Amino acid sequence: MARIVGIDLGTTNSLIAYMDQGVPRVIPGPDGRTMVPSVVAMTDQGLVVGDEAKAHLIRNPGRTVYSIKRFMGKSLADVQGELAYFPYTLTEQGGVIRLQLNGKTYSPPQISAMILKELKYRAEAYLREEITKAVITVPAYFNDSQRQATKDAGFIAGLEVLRIINEPTAASLAYGLQQKTQGIIAVYDFGGGTFDISILKLKNGIFEVLATNGDTHLGGDDIDRRIADLLLADIRSSHNLDLAIYPDHLQALRLEAERAKICLSDEMNAHLSLDLPNGHGRFTKVLTRDQLESLVMDIVERTLAPCRAALKDAGLTAAQIDEVVLVGGSTRMPLVRRRVQELFGKEPHCHLNPDEVVALGAAVQADILSGGTTDMLLLDVTPLSLGIETMGGVMSCLIPRNTTIPASAKELFTTYVDGQTGVDIHILQGERELAKDNRSLARFRLKVPPLPAGVPRIEVTFLIDANGILHVTAKDMRTGQQQSIEIKPSYGLSEAEVERMIEESFKFAREDVASRKLIEARLDAGSLLSATEKALAQGGHLVPEEVLTAIRAAVAALAKAKEGDSAQAIRARMADLEQAAKPLSVALMEDSLKRGLEGKSLSDVT
Amino acid sequence: MNQQPPSSSRDVRMARSMCWHCQSELAGEYFCERCVKVQPVSKDMDYFTCLGLPRRLTIDPSVLEANYYERSRAFHPDFYLNKSEAEQAISLANAATLNTAYRTLKDPIQRAEYLLDLEAGAVKTIRTSPPADLFEEILELQDTLDAYRAGSPSSEQGRQLLARLQHERESLERRQQELEQELLRLFGEWDTLQDRGQADEQSRRERDRLLKRMREILSNRTYIKNIVNDLVESIG
Repeated sequence: MARIVGIDLGTTNSLIAYMDQGVPRVIPGPDGRTMVPSVVAMTDQGLVVGDEAKAHLIRNPGRTVYSIKRFMGKSLADVQGELAYFPYTLTEQGGVIRLQLNGKTYSPPQISAMILKELKYRAEAYLREEITKAVITVPAYFNDSQRQATKDAGFIAGLEVLRIINEPTAASLAYGLQQKTQGIIAVYDFGGGTFDISILKLKNGIFEVLATNGDTHLGGDDIDRRIADLLLADIRSSHNLDLAIYPDHLQALRLEAERAKICLSDEMNAHLSLDLPNGHGRFTKVLTRDQLESLVMDIVERTLAPCRAALKDAGLTAAQIDEVVLVGGSTRMPLVRRRVQELFGKEPHCHLNPDEVVALGAAVQADILSGGTTDMLLLDVTPLSLGIETMGGVMSCLIPRNTTIPASAKELFTTYVDGQTGVDIHILQGERELAKDNRSLARFRLKVPPLPAGVPRIEVTFLIDANGILHVTAKDMRTGQQQSIEIKPSYGLSEAEVERMIEESFKFAREDVASRKLIEARLDAGSLLSATEKALAQGGHLVPEEVLTAIRAAVAALAKAKEGDSAQAIRARMADLEQAAKPLSVALMEDSLKRGLEGKSLSDVT
Repeated sequence: MNQQPPSSSRDVRMARSMCWHCQSELAGEYFCERCVKVQPVSKDMDYFTCLGLPRRLTIDPSVLEANYYERSRAFHPDFYLNKSEAEQAISLANAATLNTAYRTLKDPIQRAEYLLDLEAGAVKTIRTSPPADLFEEILELQDTLDAYRAGSPSSEQGRQLLARLQHERESLERRQQELEQELLRLFGEWDTLQDRGQADEQSRRERDRLLKRMREILSNRTYIKNIVNDLVESIG
């Protein structure tokens, strides 16, 4: 079986890992760094991803996308509160957010696919083989739409996503593999954009999730924003300047806020410094750890309620937790560690790098799927209750939250009116009583043969697979016939749309390759032109006038081609120039040989 | 995979089924002995059988868990990625059934409700209604709760109502515990009766009595649980 890689597609950073003879390893880039910033920039020279794209956050804020994970599986209304923080135009189409960049429209799965492709290339270069299969991690509290969007991103990137796995459980696999732990563990996963808590029972290689809870819109980003808001207010009062109208400075401010936050995990003080626009000079400030902690206390507190809820659902008290594991960059904050320790009454573990542990776990799960690891098995749960809307707009629960997946439920439907030919079904996910307060997943119309009311009996099976993704099938109980159902996702791309995006991604890939070729051709042409100039200066007197004329003509033609955008034309003119300059290079070589041989015996040169 | 010897009744049923793949007669429980393909869990198989347990209400949680883990290792879709689509579909359906079975049997209340459903033939004839005293008590409590919600909690009357509600809540929770203890006692009686395995008139009457009483307890418990939940929501 072809190799399966494990991918941590994070809000801030993404990583790719593989299993190397029973040991999971993160694949580094050429610079040795394992993390790829989840940033995508549409530059004039084409698409760039990762560290290089991060540099464009300030230079090209309107064309550089970060934290795309916050938009996965979401509608515009879902993210209304934070639109001000993003410097690009967002619209919505078919329940899916669209980003307007460089005059083109992208969906969040397409942007995520660009990050996935970068990781794929990285792994292919490192392992020297084609990578087509992957396990991708998602926050445990991701709903069906967000999981489906992640799967779509994989497909668009040319990856077969064999499994969507929850981040905290992935982390537990990495820990379990290393420690051979037994007992009850709590995984507290506080990342760049999301928070998860999972409580697991580890026994003889079985990793059984007892309960999970979280907030898919709570992470280090929110802490950065809190600092950024403070700085904005400070600058407003000290310099009488509203920085919010300068997208580039706003990005610089956000990055400086993030830097200060990271610094304050080790230091007690952080020095902030920002260049201000239009001759306003420089803004400097010292932020203390105490100030930061009181500034973000409520954000950290917000992670504790889900922890208590998960404990309650697992039927456990904090004292019954044997070990607490910290995952995600935000757990580096001393305040977070302190609050977690207070809640569970024991010191949390963090001996695996919290940035890498999820990717490592994904590689372990990939190895289980490919048959390499056979003694470990993850039994995960669905984080949210699944139900359907019934009369009066109430949600009727079919599969309660924290049910081990795969999970299925059957429901029998009939008609209320004679000759009725369809029943509308609205699928929901969430814990609230009323349908309107829960997340709408999809709607579909069940086809029913026209019969007297109450006679048709259609059995609908709702199945949540091991990825936490819903599948629906229907069967006419009178005829025993299976009915195919066309589901319209409420917040997702249709199958046709994903297909189109896959095609587009191949086209983009071709464009990417083309633009890369053009850049390389221009560079090569540049060096050939300067080499020719140098040769002319050195040996122009050695060749006849007509050769010089031919060379000058070829130089002019190449210089012109270099301004154009055809790599092929540049390469052709380069060949012409090399041809025309051949007599010159031959003359130069003979000349230098002659001079080199002067005063030397034959034996010295052979 | 299953270490336990199949019971004789299961042997009879299994002998009649064939492997979906090689059509040979099935002897094993989950895998064809000839072609080693996974077999779909029969729709008729009850959750007790599915988890390798006798149909008894007292269950050792560690045995239940061990059997569940062992079957999860046999069925989980993680281990079928390299197999045919048919096998993947069977593994998915089996794992979903297994998970439902485990969830149902793990919780004593759900377990009892499930058993009563299985024995429906006997129970359908039993009419259950909440006992009059409980019914009246709950109605009265609802009125008190409404009065408390409508009034001001800080007033003298509000405090009195709160004290009464708290007292009621404690007494109801005690009652719920008593019901659960009685249920567990009935579990024991039911299991003893099953172990005796007699089919005489007296055993039949005893069986009906137990089922009826368990049904009553479960329904009373639901009434009490709902009102306690309401109380907890209103008075904390």
